[in-house]
Amino acid sequence: MSKEPQKPDASADDPVTVLERPTRRSFLTRVGAAGVAIGTGQLHSVALADTETSQEAPAAATASTDSATTHVRLNVNGSDYELDIDPRTTLLDCVREHLHLTGTKKGCDHGQCGACTVHVDGRRVNSCLSLAVTHEGEAVTTIEGIGKPGALHPMQAAFVEHDGFQCGYCTSGQIMSAVALLHEPYGHNDDDVKEAMSGNICRCGAYSNIVAAIQQVRRKV
Amino acid sequence: METFQLKRVANVEQAIGLAQPAANGQPNGASTRFLAGGTTLLDLMKLDVERPTQVIDIHRLPLDQVEKTDGGGVTIGATMRNTDLANHPLIKSHYAVLSQALLSGASAQLRNMATTGGNLLQRTRCVYFRDPVTPCNKREPGTGCSAIDGYNRNLAILGTSEHCIATNPSDMNVAMTALEATIHVEGAQGKRDIAIDDFFLLPGNTPERETTLNPGELITHVTLPAPVSGNRSVYLKLRDRASYEFALASAAVVVKVSSGKIDHIRIALGGVGVRPWRSKEAEAQLLGRTPDAATFRAAAEAALQSAHVQSQNGFKVELAKRCIQHALTLATQTA
Repeated sequence: MSKEPQKPDASADDPVTVLERPTRRSFLTRVGAAGVAIGTGQLHSVALADTETSQEAPAAATASTDSATTHVRLNVNGSDYELDIDPRTTLLDCVREHLHLTGTKKGCDHGQCGACTVHVDGRRVNSCLSLAVTHEGEAVTTIEGIGKPGALHPMQAAFVEHDGFQCGYCTSGQIMSAVALLHEPYGHNDDDVKEAMSGNICRCGAYSNIVAAIQQVRRKV
Repeated sequence: METFQLKRVANVEQAIGLAQPAANGQPNGASTRFLAGGTTLLDLMKLDVERPTQVIDIHRLPLDQVEKTDGGGVTIGATMRNTDLANHPLIKSHYAVLSQALLSGASAQLRNMATTGGNLLQRTRCVYFRDPVTPCNKREPGTGCSAIDGYNRNLAILGTSEHCIATNPSDMNVAMTALEATIHVEGAQGKRDIAIDDFFLLPGNTPERETTLNPGELITHVTLPAPVSGNRSVYLKLRDRASYEFALASAAVVVKVSSGKIDHIRIALGGVGVRPWRSKEAEAQLLGRTPDAATFRAAAEAALQSAHVQSQNGFKVELAKRCIQHALTLATQTA
């Protein structure tokens, strides 16, 4: 009996089943979605994002009667998205919670740690200190937009090669900063890299390996 | 964060028009804010220190240029990014102190966002100002100053009052002060040009009022006078970390030495004043004198003579003096 497969409808309220081997990602997604729904009452936006927002945004988006939201067209990693979002939504929360691009991380949420670093028109910025609706017409690039498994950006590959992380939470921000740095007017020395990267905090202290990874790529560029 | 109406505008006229209600007598803490880089404003909105009901997005107004003026100076647009200003060839070659100050502030990401106008209006980092549950005369007039008997290690020793000891945190403003910048603003009542010395206010008994900018007025650009030919300038910033930290003490020095005597000198201090701190007392000790260690020390003593220290920030007096001396040494040493 005990080996009988569970009935599908038995799982919903069974905490054991719900918590059974949750992946880190599925757990965070559930918690995140609930947080958004409760926190801002934005069920509409969540649903919109869940339907894989695209150029053909659902008619419901533009026909929204929710006066608390603002309509915005965003270009992220080369794709256009149409969204109705609370104007308070930061670019960080927008890419994570509405576009489900969760590679960009929320650390301090006050522009002090750099975990949320993305590129806007090729320049690195703290996405936590920027409102998503102000970026219409600009090109946003997140960590998902610079490389992918099997086709890593040289900077991503260098971070792997040099062990430029431990827990990995700051890593996407570090890499986005490092990629932007390649085109910025900094000197050639390690000290120049440290200065240029001072807006990205690594709580694990992988700094020396991060500098080594960046310098390897800079020498090749 | 409180809710607000976000307005997007195409030009300065629209921005000023939308800000009209603020100009028409809403009290300070007024409900309209211009949003450019957002690095101060959004930070404080998340903390509920800033609670505007209307936010006007000006970050793409065409005010992002540096241009030469007829008199040999430069005009700097209000929405010019700190990074772009710091790396602009005209600024690097003729106003090195400004470039150095900008690059010593914040992080590369923040400098890519922060603008000239926003940096001028940067708010203090006093922990009590940023924490809405504690008394703060700047945030809520009349509630008292928590810093005077509290955590004040990083706060001001010059220009303080019994109501507020908050430091102006900007590096750019210190360099702009030494360069004698003029701030150009526009509002429903027209345009005004404000010398930077007349722009920042002492806290006195109205610490909530930090500048002479009126509600609804927009900073459009800043002008710098022509550089004194043959001058050398230095921004020296002393802080707890090597990078990405506010100044405990900083000095912007613009100096020219002719025939062994100082014949032009401007000194402004950061990290120690309630506003970017021009020290005419120090300048008076230097003008016409030989640039040597004894003269520099006398200037440093003069600059800090009126210092008023708190329980934790007494160290800043000597730190600021040595900062001035070292900056003067760097700016006058022969290569």
